[in-house]
Amino acid sequence: MSGPRLSLTDMARRVSRDIPSGAYVNLGIGMPTLVGDVVSPEKEIVYHSENGILGMGPAPAPGEGDPELINAGKQPVTLVPGGSFFHHTDSFMMMRGGHIDVTVLGAFQVSEKGDLANWATDEVGHPPAVGGAMDLAVGAKRVLVLMTHTTKAGAPKILSSCTFPLTAAAVVDRIYTELAVLDVTRDGLVVREMVAGLDREELQARTGARLAFADDVLVLEPGAV
Amino acid sequence: MPARADGEHVIDKRVGSLVDAVADIRDGATVFVGGFGNSGIPVELVHAVLDQGARDLTLVTNNAGSGETDVAALLRERRVRKIICSYPRSSGSIWFEERYRAGELELELVPQGTLSERMRAAGAGLGGFFTPAGADSLLAEGKEVRIINGRRHVFEEPLHGDVALIKARKADRWGNLVYSTAARNFGPTMATAATLTVVQVREFVELGDLDPECIVTPGIFVDRVVQVEAS
Repeated sequence: MSGPRLSLTDMARRVSRDIPSGAYVNLGIGMPTLVGDVVSPEKEIVYHSENGILGMGPAPAPGEGDPELINAGKQPVTLVPGGSFFHHTDSFMMMRGGHIDVTVLGAFQVSEKGDLANWATDEVGHPPAVGGAMDLAVGAKRVLVLMTHTTKAGAPKILSSCTFPLTAAAVVDRIYTELAVLDVTRDGLVVREMVAGLDREELQARTGARLAFADDVLVLEPGAV
Repeated sequence: MPARADGEHVIDKRVGSLVDAVADIRDGATVFVGGFGNSGIPVELVHAVLDQGARDLTLVTNNAGSGETDVAALLRERRVRKIICSYPRSSGSIWFEERYRAGELELELVPQGTLSERMRAAGAGLGGFFTPAGADSLLAEGKEVRIINGRRHVFEEPLHGDVALIKARKADRWGNLVYSTAARNFGPTMATAATLTVVQVREFVELGDLDPECIVTPGIFVDRVVQVEAS
């Protein structure tokens, strides 16, 4: 995709600004894990991992760490002081029961109603897998989606309605892409911020749902988010 | 300490070998296998089941194994009829994919929290529960859906096991357990929901040595414990 766009780091940094200090946060696997790397060190944030960790810390130094202390993506992590371990049922109680303040998830598609499709595509013969996606999507107080604006082939991922199987209906609050920050509202999608140099028609052309624009659309400068 | 006339303890859930630990697992049994990714998998117990020979098993486990060990080995050796899990695909889940694509393995896909809660319901003597997780998805097809507080919820039934295979860090002879970091995962819930709960631990301690404030699984949920050297 040519034209102005934010880097992955910019995108992660932009998401991190919306995570308040003191929040309990679950970062989905893939792109969302980058957010943890760029959160301001002045914020005190407690990271939750579905496999029973609160207070998850960064990866251990090479050769160190506990092989059983892993995150949802099965990568080695550490525990920060004050952190705790608990079993799966309690962990998903935290997720489903509305105790997690913010989750950042990847997605295949998001609709203008906030429907989320992030567990299955229409690929035939591919065995399905769901993991904790559905519990997290229905339970977190605020669901943020971090994803590319279009597929590699250029097809829009933000649509009037999802064509892939839904993870959950009407759950997404805000979408962050390399092109824009969009809010899901009662009246549809509202563009709050756009990458510098992109015009509204171009953004609309790359989106499969009708966009409204905030009165004061902010400009996102690549490298200076 | 109460003891029988022969000096043996009345309650002693420790068994001396992996063979004894998995004795009597029947063909067709529903077997819970603890673990998430490679964390907390009772590898030695699963290999003991492989040696024991039970087949036509229904496995309940979060992932479907990877490489050639534990769950993947059971799949490779065609000992599994059905797998109930949330995330069967992973790098190296070759035997799952092989058996699934060949139509030799039934898959029941369950959202991870629902998987855990269904076992909790069984262990708690409940007849199931309504959850919003998956209520808008294909996984709710054929199930009762009810609007509760304005939101769709799907009814999920309890999931009972014949056998649970679990890994913990330490146990005493009553079967009280503590775990090791994130290896705890499904263990405490699975222990409550199976007719026969079998645990492998790295270490046995004397009764009274585990801090009662810190025991994670009380021994009432445990039937057999076997010591396995740390690998």
